[in-house]
Amino acid sequence: MRGRLFHTISLSLVLYGLWLLLSGHFEPLLLGLGVLSCVLVVWVSHRMDVVDQEGQPLALTWRALPYWGWLAWEIAKSSVDVTRIILNPRLPISPRLMRVRASQKSELGHVIYANSITLTPGTVTIDLADGELAVHALTRETAAALTDGEMDRRVTAMVGER
Amino acid sequence: MMLVRDILSWLLILGGGFFLVAGAIGVLRLPDFFTRQHAAGITDTMGAGLLLVGLMLQGGLTLVTVKLVLIIVFLSFTSPTSTHALAQAALSSGLKPLLGERREDLSSKT
Repeated sequence: MRGRLFHTISLSLVLYGLWLLLSGHFEPLLLGLGVLSCVLVVWVSHRMDVVDQEGQPLALTWRALPYWGWLAWEIAKSSVDVTRIILNPRLPISPRLMRVRASQKSELGHVIYANSITLTPGTVTIDLADGELAVHALTRETAAALTDGEMDRRVTAMVGER
Repeated sequence: MMLVRDILSWLLILGGGFFLVAGAIGVLRLPDFFTRQHAAGITDTMGAGLLLVGLMLQGGLTLVTVKLVLIIVFLSFTSPTSTHALAQAALSSGLKPLLGERREDLSSKT
């Protein structure tokens, strides 16, 4: 019960902060409309029963920042690799399917890992069931980059399940 | 100082534009749906990412930049989700990915 109250308060604060940042107006009318729409969204979220730890992993926020930095660099490197393949006149691709085990325990961890794989050019997660991912890779090299498991370790560390 | 910022931001915007075009060329050149997804992925991660970071440098420390950051955050959640939904739909409707090493394996089947 206390957890639910905590998440209701934090969701309201996050939503109102978002409203202020997006509107940039501070007249009483718009501030009031912001309160109204936040209350409406929190009420709807309660009815949908999504006000919980999974819908709002606040504890992850700070650990996510260094992870995003690492991921952005990985995305940059593989974007250049894939662009070179695309612009190569011989088009040297060797598409393959592979199965990868996700070592995270929670579904949230699985989804973060699967989405990170998809965000990295050259690999796309096409299926996810019971902690096993089916990944389509564009070349042997992009597939090999995944099997060393560094991304898996980093996601597990970020969701705090090491 | 303004000049350095302008040059840097234009390099990023041009870089983003380059990756957008490269992604589009990839979508045209690659042989099947699943390989094309990789090329499309370049446009919405690297292409849009560099463009938005370049625009942030133009925006400076303003609410505009905050909105640009939010666009990147939302893109980084929605684009893999939609890619995954497309791949799932393709798989469950029976589309098989082309697999193989040599060029002939890939061009013979359509």
